[in-house]
Amino acid sequence: MADFFHMGGYAIYVWSSYGLALLILVGLLAASLGTLRRKERMLRSLEQTLPRRRRAVAGDGEGKP
Amino acid sequence: MHRFANPARFLRLAALVLPWVSVLSALLFAAGLYLALFVSPEDYQQGDTVRIMYIHVPAAWMAMFAYSSMAVAAACALVWRHPLAEVYSKAAAPLGAGFTLLCLVTGSLWGEPMWGTWWVWDARLTSVLILFFLYLGYMALVDAFDDPQRGHRAGSILLLVGAINVPIIKFSVDWWNTLHQPASVLRMDGPSIHGDMLWPLLILALAFKTYFAATVILRMRAELAERKIQTLRLTQAGGV
Repeated sequence: MADFFHMGGYAIYVWSSYGLALLILVGLLAASLGTLRRKERMLRSLEQTLPRRRRAVAGDGEGKP
Repeated sequence: MHRFANPARFLRLAALVLPWVSVLSALLFAAGLYLALFVSPEDYQQGDTVRIMYIHVPAAWMAMFAYSSMAVAAACALVWRHPLAEVYSKAAAPLGAGFTLLCLVTGSLWGEPMWGTWWVWDARLTSVLILFFLYLGYMALVDAFDDPQRGHRAGSILLLVGAINVPIIKFSVDWWNTLHQPASVLRMDGPSIHGDMLWPLLILALAFKTYFAATVILRMRAELAERKIQTLRLTQAGGV
């Protein structure tokens, strides 16, 4: 097992490469998921407020003499 | 292609595809990393540093694939006004930039022990660095305009102009003297690399590709949601 982590003396180069791959791939995935959740939440709350406004506007129109 | 141009149809298709590519990507990463780190032998000259190849080469392939697909999408956006093409390019750009950065840094980490230098200004390394800047330039340009349509148009033109760099990267090792080795997998006479090293490489390349597919779908969904938000805000502003 120690041999495995030692990588024939090249541990720093090999493990930095795999570590950076992990960092970049997981980082981009997490950022993308985070953006998606935020946008979908924003979209839902906008869609909830918009019909109400429309109804309110329509109601005003009807209520006018 | 226009059958898939409809965002609603794309979203349905994406919802169908996403779980499969996600699971496939996880399995391929597990198998590929196991083969790359435990099963594949060390190189007789390079020792264990050869294991950097299993990250470096798939990252390089994806860096070129992502850019090429974005350039094709840019052409579709400019010529046919394909409504999803710009969404795709914008979604793929940060991923392509990530792959290019990974390719450059792992290349340095491989070059230092094997070539004796972190970096040389030769054609292969320089053209990949230019690819990285093209990604960053595209991302900056798309967001640089108040009118997103103009930003996308300018970005698409940049992508098409920059496409000249892709064949330069591919053939730079044949056209100019370099420390970088020539192609050993994608060559006319078949791969010149042994199966014990070829298999982990190909499996990890597929793992990178499925990862890209899954993540680009997530990013495209976010961008489509953002466009809907903009439209709703405009109607809201107009309605009040």
